Amino acid sequence: MTAALALGDDALVLSHRLGEWAGHAPVLEEEVALANIALDLLGQARVLLSLVGDEDELAYLREERAFRNVQLVEQPNGDFAHTIARQLYFSAYQRSLYEQLAADADSPFAPIAAKAVKEVAYHRDHAEHWTLRLGDGTPESHSRMQQALDALWRFTGELFEPVEGLSVDRDALRDGWLTDVTDVLRRATLTLPDGPQLGAWTAGAGRQGIHTEPFGRMLAEMQHLHRSHPGATW
Amino acid sequence: MTTTAPETGALEAVFEAAVAADERIEPRDWMPDAYRATLVRQIAQHAHSEIIGMQPEANWITRAPSLRRKAILMAKVQDEAGHGLYLYSAAETLGTGRDELLDKLHAGRQRYSSIFNYPTLTWADVGAIGWLVDGAAITNQVPLCRCSYGPYARAMVRICKEESFHQRQGYELLLALSRGTEAQHAMAQDAVNRWWWPSLMMFGPPDDESAHSSQSMAWKIKRHSNDELRQRFVDICVPQAESLGLTLPDPDLRWNEERGHHDFGAIDWDEFHEVLRGNGPCNEQRITQRRRAHEEGAWVREAAAAYATKHAAEHGEATA
Repeated sequence: MTAALALGDDALVLSHRLGEWAGHAPVLEEEVALANIALDLLGQARVLLSLVGDEDELAYLREERAFRNVQLVEQPNGDFAHTIARQLYFSAYQRSLYEQLAADADSPFAPIAAKAVKEVAYHRDHAEHWTLRLGDGTPESHSRMQQALDALWRFTGELFEPVEGLSVDRDALRDGWLTDVTDVLRRATLTLPDGPQLGAWTAGAGRQGIHTEPFGRMLAEMQHLHRSHPGATW
Repeated sequence: MTTTAPETGALEAVFEAAVAADERIEPRDWMPDAYRATLVRQIAQHAHSEIIGMQPEANWITRAPSLRRKAILMAKVQDEAGHGLYLYSAAETLGTGRDELLDKLHAGRQRYSSIFNYPTLTWADVGAIGWLVDGAAITNQVPLCRCSYGPYARAMVRICKEESFHQRQGYELLLALSRGTEAQHAMAQDAVNRWWWPSLMMFGPPDDESAHSSQSMAWKIKRHSNDELRQRFVDICVPQAESLGLTLPDPDLRWNEERGHHDFGAIDWDEFHEVLRGNGPCNEQRITQRRRAHEEGAWVREAAAAYATKHAAEHGEATA
């Protein structure tokens, strides 16, 4: 089931990136919030991957080319503004997606989406508030936030590429996402980036197992212990 | 100044009577300056320990060997940040501020627990920290739930509940390793070997060298001496180690029928003092990471403050 793998990998990989913040956040409240979001996403990943097979086999024994997450979520944390920009783009997408899936009684993802939609609404809210504070904070934070939004913009188009086994109204998903993000950026005194949302290399690439360079290194760290002890249980 | 002396004397008598009657001292109550200072020092050190203590465990979040273990570890590190927040709040009731306390931590003017200056070298260390380090912390902290200062005692009640949960998870992690492959068992034993003695040092210096002990006990901030708590911890751990199928690295450890306690070997107090002096394996690394997180986060905190000011002003104008 490619769709479960795609959505599960998105959650797994972003959760891992957020986990890297532990002990490095700018305020203690953000240690709590980022870990909280990471945990929610890890919970989603575990449910979704379990629909496909053994969660640990899937997480720890697949190589880079077999992962189906979008490239957006594998992007390194960068500064706090990059993390928040990634979070805004992704959580706005995830909220629209899960709202649709939760409302679709025929979708195999409806039960999962019904639970996850409450979590992602919180994630989206957290990202919105930080986008406002950084965008409309100091000149430095404004410029860092704009830079981060611009840098990650080219990874956003992939969110709306077709995914096998995922039945959603993609136009509605895209329109809803764009309206949402545009509104937050306007209120944050920031500008919607104007470059292409899809680079030649990022056109649906993550979903096909084509990733960016930092991803392999992330997996090496994530998988090394599990792979060092074949067959062991933990 | 002589005119105020009788008044202070009366306040002091009320304070002493409240402590003697096991009543709680609350933030608005009069308290001796030294009582206040002792509590600030102890609660701040406790809060700092939660925050620095995130580092050795966070070191393994990205390498946790199963998704279940990864979720447990993330939740634990998140709880520690939460404990830090409770404790800074408790300290603030004594008239200090979180920023001021963090500045003192960063400047090396306030301490954190010596245990977090040891490195987590393998995955099993995460289990050893849960079992031994959290175990020692709980042994220390459960009596603090009855501490004479109300806000601290109440913070400890909440913290101890969560800590006990972490401790069981750490034990269970080690049990899985101990019963796993030969390599996993060896990893667990090695971690216990490295964490056992530092955990015993968490109770502080021996009673005859403990500078603050007698006054803290008289004020009912502390309920038991360092050596009493250390002995209690050893007695708890010995049977647990047996059921884990692991040994404790102390050739002198044996049951003493006469005392009804385990005798154990001498602690290396030179090592303890070196670690306190800043010369432990990770002192430099821990404080550098904490300072860096704080410095690199400065622009974020400034942005949040600027945003709040801007929007508070707008709101004020609108309602004025």
